[in-house]
Amino acid sequence: MTATPPLLDVRGVTVTYGSRTAPGHTALHGIDLAVAEHETVCVLGPSGSGKSTLLRAVAGLTEVGAGTVLLAGRDQAGVPAHRRGVGLMFQDHQLFPQRDVGGNIAFGLRMHKIPRQETERRVAELLDLVGLPGAQRRAVGSLSGGEQQRVALARSLAPRPRLLMLDEPLGQLDRDLRDRLVVELRQLFRDLGTTVLAVTHDQAEAFALADRVVIMRDGRIAQTGSPVEVWRRPADAFVARFLGFRNVTEADVTDGGAATPWGTVPVPPGTPDGRHRLLIRPSGVRVGVGGPEEGPRAVVRARTFRGDHVLLLLECVGGGARGELEAACPLRSAPGEGAAVGVGFDAAEVVVLPG
Amino acid sequence: MTGRGTAVRLALLAAPVAFLAVFFLYPVATIVGEGLRDGGAWQLGRAGEVLRDGDTADVLWFTVWQAAASTVLTLAVGLPAAWAFARLRFPGRKVLHAAVTVPFVLPTVVTGAAFLAVVGRGGLLDDWWGVRLDNTVWAILLAHASLNFAVVVRIVGGLWSQLDPGQAEAARMLGATRRAAWLRVTLPALMPAVASAAVMVFLFTFTSFGVVQILGGPRNGTLEVEIYRQTAQLLDLPTAAVLTLLQFALVAVLLGAQALLTRRTETALSLVDPATNARRPRGAAEHAALAAVLTVIALLLVLPLAVLLERSLSVPGGGHGLANYRSLFSDDGGTFVAAPWQAVETSLRYAAIATLIAVVIGGLAATALARRGGGRTLRGFDALLMLPLGTSAVTVGFGFLVTLDEPPLDLRSSWTLVPLAQALVGVPFVVRVLLPVLRAVDDRLRQAAAVLGASPARVWREVDLPLVRRAVLVAAGFAFAVSLGEFGATVFIARADNPTLPVAVARLLSRPGALNYGQAMALSAVLMLVCTLTLLALERIRPAGRTP
Repeated sequence: MTATPPLLDVRGVTVTYGSRTAPGHTALHGIDLAVAEHETVCVLGPSGSGKSTLLRAVAGLTEVGAGTVLLAGRDQAGVPAHRRGVGLMFQDHQLFPQRDVGGNIAFGLRMHKIPRQETERRVAELLDLVGLPGAQRRAVGSLSGGEQQRVALARSLAPRPRLLMLDEPLGQLDRDLRDRLVVELRQLFRDLGTTVLAVTHDQAEAFALADRVVIMRDGRIAQTGSPVEVWRRPADAFVARFLGFRNVTEADVTDGGAATPWGTVPVPPGTPDGRHRLLIRPSGVRVGVGGPEEGPRAVVRARTFRGDHVLLLLECVGGGARGELEAACPLRSAPGEGAAVGVGFDAAEVVVLPG
Repeated sequence: MTGRGTAVRLALLAAPVAFLAVFFLYPVATIVGEGLRDGGAWQLGRAGEVLRDGDTADVLWFTVWQAAASTVLTLAVGLPAAWAFARLRFPGRKVLHAAVTVPFVLPTVVTGAAFLAVVGRGGLLDDWWGVRLDNTVWAILLAHASLNFAVVVRIVGGLWSQLDPGQAEAARMLGATRRAAWLRVTLPALMPAVASAAVMVFLFTFTSFGVVQILGGPRNGTLEVEIYRQTAQLLDLPTAAVLTLLQFALVAVLLGAQALLTRRTETALSLVDPATNARRPRGAAEHAALAAVLTVIALLLVLPLAVLLERSLSVPGGGHGLANYRSLFSDDGGTFVAAPWQAVETSLRYAAIATLIAVVIGGLAATALARRGGGRTLRGFDALLMLPLGTSAVTVGFGFLVTLDEPPLDLRSSWTLVPLAQALVGVPFVVRVLLPVLRAVDDRLRQAAAVLGASPARVWREVDLPLVRRAVLVAAGFAFAVSLGEFGATVFIARADNPTLPVAVARLLSRPGALNYGQAMALSAVLMLVCTLTLLALERIRPAGRTP
């Protein structure tokens, strides 16, 4: 029995913009990525990291310089975009302005010569699905950003592509709608069994949507893993910083303790001695007002309200500690700005970064 | 993929290139060659003689300065109107916006006749105050300003109405005064449009023929009028050839300068829906400015056409009636073989055919030029397409007569010559209207269609065509109006027994007698009506606020 090939298999794909005679910027450097059937993969990265180029290369909209794109085991070299059977939802929707909502969603079905009755039935179904029942005759110009996004989604789903690609699917929506749609989309993809490759710069969105997260940096893959894995063990300092962690440093470890600019920090048991890169989660930084006299001391420079907790920006001022440090603190016990505090560390929240 | 794109582009360009080569470059080159060669040898000394001649210098000087003065005058009256149409909301704005375009699409012969009815002998001013301006340069300048008013209003006002006021507001929030914000933010954003409008007006007035022919009198002639005189009246081909080349060179320099200018000032602007930009006038200053703009429009654009209408209805011996119109149907006037009204049918038929040719040729060229990539060669072709506008129409017309009279292209006795010459003038307009719209189609819209399964041909049909459909209709309307009014070339090649409307009007005006004058006015009124109806139809299909 042979294993079924992954639905999407990207092997060593390199994309360079500019002409052959004057090559410019290389957007992708030998990317390897596989997406299994029914899997939802989110590509996460700062702008300019090559995420959108990856989608365009898979869709056949951008020429691949080196490497191969395989869909269900078939090489897509020379297959034009309209014959690849993948769906792509554009970042800014790109709804056809001269067609109404129904006309936009029906477009792909017409291209695939689906009979009219079947088309109408599926358009109505999709509009129900995205929460816009009966909107067929509305002009796309009259839709709000969120509604346009839903129509764009329905349009890309309509031809039932074997692979659905989403470029910043919830990009321009307000927080509330975003949170709601993430849940709805995940449910939807699960129900339909759709294979999804999405691109976003928003980690919350990626972690909520994806079975697997791919983090990109400068046209290369920095880390791949489940949201929990990536969150718990960032592959390197770049990923950690990209995920929003600020307490990243290099330190020498001896006897279960690391000498950091913030003083000696306990490391998880079993950490070998030597030079390491460390991440201290904000939740691993304990803050005590009027705590013990010995140990690092700091002043609270800023407080950011984060709903169920407060994020403190500390400036270390004594006890062998220097520099800035981030700490998460329960709402009730959070010290005010300008308060002098003692700082302690929790070894369980200290991560030794592999990279 | 790149190779295929080039092949497609070349295929698209084949027909326009062939059309221009056979019906523009070949006739013009032949005429110039005939003029400058004698017995197979180039006679360049002759060219030097003509260029050194004092008369040539006079004509050239007059042509340049009247064009410059016309441009300045047109900008002076047109820019305030552009502002008013872009930024103010007032009753009758839409109708007026359509109305100011009427003189532009009217045949120059009709505008000439209309101004003659105001400032000429027995005209309105003559009747009331005994003032006559015909045979003076003032009549020419006023008529040019009236004709090209719409160019400034459309090009500058179109952009102005879409400029994001947020830009100027941002400058104000950064501490700029209202004046400083206008000078440093709004004006620089408008400059490319102002420059482009100025170049267009200069080009049109530089090559002006019909207006100058009717209003200028014997002493005020442009290069184009002089070419006509040398070719048709003095039969001095060498001089005409040299003058044609001179005009050609100057226009080429002008177009080159414009291409350079637009490339340097082309910037991405933030544009908004024009409907959100206009508001009611506020304060005495704005009301006064609006009143001034409306007065100028009334005097410069509406009055001449109104007087023309009145004259067409006035009966010899006093009173009003339809006598002039009735006389169009009788064939005993002696001026023509057939009754004058047949010119209406002839004109409409020719213009319809010319429009079809212009839309197909111009559409193919615009599609090729709009494809991404390209480079210098394509831009060169872009400029080449504009050249028929700047080349002496008289030379083109005469060139047709000389070159297209032997197999395989023996068209001299064929009626197709006229529509072909008219289409030549229509093509640049079609390209100008279509190109910006085609270029504005977001490439990702095409990609969205491709990803949904549309083949390239299908993408063109499903995405490009619906978006440019209105523009195609607008372009067709322009081509139709321009073809209907074409005079310089048609006057040579229209057959005597089958003149077009402008040719018939000019012929009637050139003859003495109240009946001829009345008929000319009536025929002009008919021509005006046809053009106005075309234009109103265009306004209806034009997407609100969009301008070419």
